[in-house]
Amino acid sequence: MGLDIFKEKGVPLEKQQFTWRDMVQAPTSKLDDDAFTRVRIILMNGLEVEANRFSHACARMNRELQLPLARVRRVEQHQATLVNWLLPADLSPIETTLAYEQVAIEVTASVALREPDPYMAQVYRFGLLEDFDHLYRFAALYDRVAGGDANNILQSYSDIIPGRPTAVEHRDPADDLREHYSKATAAPLTKLHAVTIMASENQTHDYYMNIGPLFADPVARQLYAEIASIEEQHTTQYESIIDPSETWLEKWLMHEAMEAYNYMGCAQQETNPRVKAVWERFLDYELGQLHFVMELFKQVEQRDPAEVLPAELPEPIEYKSHREFVRETLAAEVDLRAAGTQFVGKEDEPERSLAYRAQLNAQGSPSETVAAGYRWRPGTELAPAEGAAQGKGA
Amino acid sequence: MSSTEAQKAQELAGINRTGVVTAPLLSREMVEGAASAPPSSEGGPQQLMLRRAQYISEGFTVGSLPPPPVSLEGVLEGAARLVGTTTGASLLADKLSERLGFERTGTRLYDALINKCEALGESTPGPTLAELREIRDEELRHFHLLHAAITSLGGDPTVMSPCADTGMVASLGLLQVLTDPRTTLPQCLQAILTAELTDNDGWAMLIDLADGLGHDEFVGRFRQALANEEKHLASVRGWLTAMLREQAKA
Repeated sequence: MGLDIFKEKGVPLEKQQFTWRDMVQAPTSKLDDDAFTRVRIILMNGLEVEANRFSHACARMNRELQLPLARVRRVEQHQATLVNWLLPADLSPIETTLAYEQVAIEVTASVALREPDPYMAQVYRFGLLEDFDHLYRFAALYDRVAGGDANNILQSYSDIIPGRPTAVEHRDPADDLREHYSKATAAPLTKLHAVTIMASENQTHDYYMNIGPLFADPVARQLYAEIASIEEQHTTQYESIIDPSETWLEKWLMHEAMEAYNYMGCAQQETNPRVKAVWERFLDYELGQLHFVMELFKQVEQRDPAEVLPAELPEPIEYKSHREFVRETLAAEVDLRAAGTQFVGKEDEPERSLAYRAQLNAQGSPSETVAAGYRWRPGTELAPAEGAAQGKGA
Repeated sequence: MSSTEAQKAQELAGINRTGVVTAPLLSREMVEGAASAPPSSEGGPQQLMLRRAQYISEGFTVGSLPPPPVSLEGVLEGAARLVGTTTGASLLADKLSERLGFERTGTRLYDALINKCEALGESTPGPTLAELREIRDEELRHFHLLHAAITSLGGDPTVMSPCADTGMVASLGLLQVLTDPRTTLPQCLQAILTAELTDNDGWAMLIDLADGLGHDEFVGRFRQALANEEKHLASVRGWLTAMLREQAKA
């Protein structure tokens, strides 16, 4: 049985309070916590940051909503802080990057498998193979610049092999836009998926844009520049799949429902008891925020929230290795390219994207440079070839 | 010194704006402004330390060692040969992992230094490319030596132990200096000197630990590694001292 979001009212907005000490808790352990605890922290921070982003955009276009938006947004600001500050300081920017790509792979894979709309599922698989390649490139960077093993972060859940090569992911904006779902006919899960993945990719873009200049190595700086550009494309792709005719309040409701949906999934699957308590607390906060927005929706739009929200939250994203699904997708779809809103074989890719890519890569491709001849193995490519340690298995 | 190096040295006497003397009028206003504005709260740096101490007293750590290895069939291997069953063995496992990580990152540090020397050209005084490649290869051999030692103890050489983790954090600044295309060879050697000083003491302490725990099988090879590291340290110190003297003369 899913969560009945009309019956469960959570914590009222006025009781959602923090102190600085409460917001800045002891972080999780890079070494001891399960990789999926880190995946959930990164995802949920991204969703809270999207809540902030959406709320500001909405406020700029709707004078009468500015105060209620500001009230909810203040809580979300502090939720984002508490969640993001669970990442430890010994998780370096490149290690955090590896974890971001693991989020993009494993969360998008789960979404692609669950997505009821075949076209949307194809969109997710298309993006998945690109983020999958980013992980391989960043793993090579970590190995070759810092002497680090990406699997210390990935914990053997996600493969480190090339996907759709990053060098060919650059495409004309006209080939980044997709068809959108219809707000009237789309399944609730389709809407929840779209906002989740859009938020996650937008956060990845923003993270890379912030940390790229922290690196001294010019190849690292180029690689972040290149992959941030792809994350910009991905954000463009994923925001285009959402029905633009939804009203502002409809979108706000879906954002709150999406946050509740994802906190529910995190709370159900979390293995760290301290972090699980955070997810449970914030699920209650989100339900409180959702009901606050439901009331606004009734007052402002004179509509029943049940027109746009599901009675129960669907089954959550699964936090587990999707190795086989990713490998199958890679084998079947690595050569797909985008032509407008459709997916085609690479021989049918539009000239505009070929020309754009050729120009951008004209002075060399950072992602090809960093991973030239790279093959991951346990303990880095410097490790002796034989005597590799036992892994967790697939 | 190469022409590029000389040019960089000249730029040391350039247009740096960071000090107060560069802008005497502005800095006088800064000083007067700061002196006239009282702090908003009582106390001093100890307040910050008290707050930090609250977190320290919670007792969280960066992490732990892995559980004893389990075979693929799920059968626990003989406890006697496992690393991590006693405090001494755990400490040894942690410090072996630390050294392994340091030598592996050290190999990449020297890769970056070689990269710089190749790009700028060898300088006199200073290291030759052949000398740097020799040290780099020795760092790699030390990594392999530690890899074999951990494996022979039944441990997992791919683990990042707590000390390996904190060692990596400490090395990040060195990597930043070495991989920055703007840094000079002496600036890079200064960073490498930090690494070599740490590496020398690291090996000495590891030998002491292995010796105390009766791991005679490692002590001889570890002593050889320390002897190599002592040579690295002497070389780096010598190159840097000579380069600084040469710069001072120019």
